[in-house]
Amino acid sequence: MAFFLETLLGGLMAGMLYSLVALGFVLIFKASGVFNFAQGAMVLFGALAMARFSEWIPAWTGMNSLWLANVLAFAAAAVVMFIVAWAVERLVLRHLVNQEGATLLMATLGIAYFLEGLGQSLFGSNIYKIDIGMPKDPVFILDSLFPGGVLINKEDLYAALIAAAMVALLTVFFQKTSTGRALRAVADDHQAAQSIGIPLNRIWVIVWCVAGVVALVAGMIWGSKLGVQFSLATVALRALPVVILGGLTSVPGAIIGGLIIGVGEKLSEVYLGSYVGGGIEIWFAYVLALGFLLIRPQGLFGEKIIDRV
Amino acid sequence: MSKVIGDVILSVQNISLRFGGVKALTDISFDVRDHEVRAIIGPNGAGKSSMLNCINGVYTPQEGSITFHGQSFDHMNSRQVAEMGIARTFQNLALFKGMSVIDNIMTGRNLKIRSNIFLQALRLGPAQREEEEHRSKVEHIIDFLEIQAFRKTPVGQLPYGLQKRVDLGRALAMEPQILLLDEPMAGMNMEEKQDMCRFILDVNDEFGTTIVLIEHDMGVVMDISDRVVVLDYGKKIGDGTPEEVRNNKEVISAYLGTSH
Amino acid sequence: MFYRENGQFKTSYRADQQILPIRQDQIFMAVLLVFAFAVVPLLATDYFFRAILIPFLIMSLAALGVNILVGYCGQISLGSGAFMAVGAYGAYNFFVRIPGLPLIPALILGGLCATAFGILFGLPSLRVKGLYLAVATLAAQFFSDWMFLRIKWLTNDSPSGSVSVAQLQVFGLPIDSALSKYWLCLGVLAVIALLAKNLVRSAVGREWMAIRDMDVAAAVIGIRPMYAKLSAFAVSSFIVGVAGGLWAFVYLGAWEPAAFSVDISFRLLFMVIIGGLGSILGGFLGAAFITLLPIALSQALPALAGLVGVEISTAGVSHAELMIFGALIVWFLIVEPHGLAKLWSIAKQKLRLWPFPH
Repeated sequence: MAFFLETLLGGLMAGMLYSLVALGFVLIFKASGVFNFAQGAMVLFGALAMARFSEWIPAWTGMNSLWLANVLAFAAAAVVMFIVAWAVERLVLRHLVNQEGATLLMATLGIAYFLEGLGQSLFGSNIYKIDIGMPKDPVFILDSLFPGGVLINKEDLYAALIAAAMVALLTVFFQKTSTGRALRAVADDHQAAQSIGIPLNRIWVIVWCVAGVVALVAGMIWGSKLGVQFSLATVALRALPVVILGGLTSVPGAIIGGLIIGVGEKLSEVYLGSYVGGGIEIWFAYVLALGFLLIRPQGLFGEKIIDRV
Repeated sequence: MSKVIGDVILSVQNISLRFGGVKALTDISFDVRDHEVRAIIGPNGAGKSSMLNCINGVYTPQEGSITFHGQSFDHMNSRQVAEMGIARTFQNLALFKGMSVIDNIMTGRNLKIRSNIFLQALRLGPAQREEEEHRSKVEHIIDFLEIQAFRKTPVGQLPYGLQKRVDLGRALAMEPQILLLDEPMAGMNMEEKQDMCRFILDVNDEFGTTIVLIEHDMGVVMDISDRVVVLDYGKKIGDGTPEEVRNNKEVISAYLGTSH
Repeated sequence: MFYRENGQFKTSYRADQQILPIRQDQIFMAVLLVFAFAVVPLLATDYFFRAILIPFLIMSLAALGVNILVGYCGQISLGSGAFMAVGAYGAYNFFVRIPGLPLIPALILGGLCATAFGILFGLPSLRVKGLYLAVATLAAQFFSDWMFLRIKWLTNDSPSGSVSVAQLQVFGLPIDSALSKYWLCLGVLAVIALLAKNLVRSAVGREWMAIRDMDVAAAVIGIRPMYAKLSAFAVSSFIVGVAGGLWAFVYLGAWEPAAFSVDISFRLLFMVIIGGLGSILGGFLGAAFITLLPIALSQALPALAGLVGVEISTAGVSHAELMIFGALIVWFLIVEPHGLAKLWSIAKQKLRLWPFPH
């Protein structure tokens, strides 16, 4: 039972990280109807930027406070993500305004490849460390219920807390600020939003900036856990089933979908994996998403998709 | 020219259609006789296209049934309907924009093509002959609709009036018994309307095709139709010859408003 | 001046419906075929065959298959790598378990395995489209990755899924030299391209395009969406499966599941986009482009960089490749969504008028 709980909790933590990446997808889709295949590349790009800046900034300025270097590196990386967002809107989105979904999807695939190449050219292609001072030792909880306690990785716990804080911040941003309101208006109806004077292009830049920061945070956490390397870009492919499950237009859906996928992957690997040769993590999420596509394509919380003649 | 209007071949009974809380059609019943030109008229939003969509199997009505040649159906399946000999044009031109005029009209022959995928891949005797045979039929339709000059043009590049003719051509290619036309003259000028009327009447005359026609131009409706059904807010408010309908008080108030 | 259709009147529908109705095109094609079959072998080096021509031919075949599904029928697919893998491992299983099986039947059987796999994973297309279908095809991709790594029976109990083949023969002739491999690939490509072109201009092809352009209207005409979509998946995965078999048997010789990863799926999709969706020629142009680009870059970039006095490592070249790919995809989608094939047909249009401007 304790082992089950451990697996469950481990799955929840992993799921939280998926949710972070999925959040980026949902944000962009909600505000512009574009499915951003480049989200994973953005995670990689952000992580690379942060990793290298955290090395370079102390080297350039000679400071030795790790904490300060990290904060500055984060800020610098965020600025880089803003530049990327602006460039994407200006050079790509603006020219593909009325194209159909498939074209935009393939354009974001192109952006993904471009960012992967650019990131590695600018920042290098070795494996880099991000050290944001997260404690890596495990902790045992619930000893009263289970002898010996249930093992949780402290790092995962902090990661989950950071992710939760990010979601809370985003919720406040969307609900309470005027920019957030404008974003919600655009997500609801582009034309109506334009007709009341909301500048669509600027909104899209803002959305991509926010998604960029979300990607950066996700990259920071994943990178701190796994090291920053090229395979980080494929994390987007892992998060795709999450948005299918949760619904492409739903922020809570991204969170809950991520948790379900995280838990599902871990549990299925442990309890089903041995029967079929192991390693089923790579397709479990996708087959689950496939099931949803056949029964309920809009996911748990998404809006129903209607096809008009 | 005289034509003989036959028995009832299509009838709809008590059709009701709802989308969530919106009632598109309420308890509609009418019939269509063989070889006639039956018009469906009514103000915008009256449910005319929805009615055709029910007959075609695009929408499924919650209540009511449709009887075609003695067989009753609760809901129609699009392919079945096509096989039974009912073809249709669309208000918003559901043409295949990526294909040429010939190819668009050829898709209408699809039901009649017998050779399977392997024969088509090898393009041997039977498959080749079939292609030529159907091409010949399609060329007749192209001649009839006077669009020869555009046969190889992708339809997306044609002006609206010509696209409407291709839409009609595609429906004709199915050699249907009943042709459902959804506002075939929308957006046309006087000359184009005359041409389209001529085509419709020719089809009705030469092939005996029964026509069910949704149209807003009253002049056209009164001139060419044998009988008219009037819908308003999803309900039937008139049914009869153009004369009868023209003098129907309810119809007048629906279209023109009541006099004060 | 050269490319005039004047005087070329067609007096039968059969003549009008030919694949190459214009005389100049027929001559061009004949010359091209003679060049490919007879002249190239005299001129090309072994390296040229192995590194450029053979991969180009096999990838053209795969791109042809993908184009049928994505370009003609409008069903987006990110699982092409999986279909290639099933074709390759399928052919391998038959080859290894039936001693003395010649190459061509093995490839065909592998293709049929891919067809079955394709129809199965094509079923979601009956329910969803666009992005959602892309996700479903990715499920096929990842499932296939896992399947050939973990299910021992499929790889003849090889521990990591890596297998190899040797002693290939066609009609008793051994396929071991670069030239014999070239002719085999060229022959298979020519035959399948002809069959595909026939399909695409006949009733089945029109059904596919109808589904792509407007599936609701297609149903009303009497086209069965299920049959059309699944037949597109079937034909496409057969061709991609045969290409996978060729890639594995003839080009690689020895391979493991990672040879058919999601990367190949993306690459094929790019070939089809850049080459031109919905065009048989497009597959060839896209494959040529994407096969040649890395080679061209690895030669040109260091040279260019040298001019500016900068050193580029091989890693740098591969990064530049990614960037150029990405930028080109975006550029094509903005400027000419119909790809190189459209540019080619525009060029032909201009050629019809040359040397007059209009």
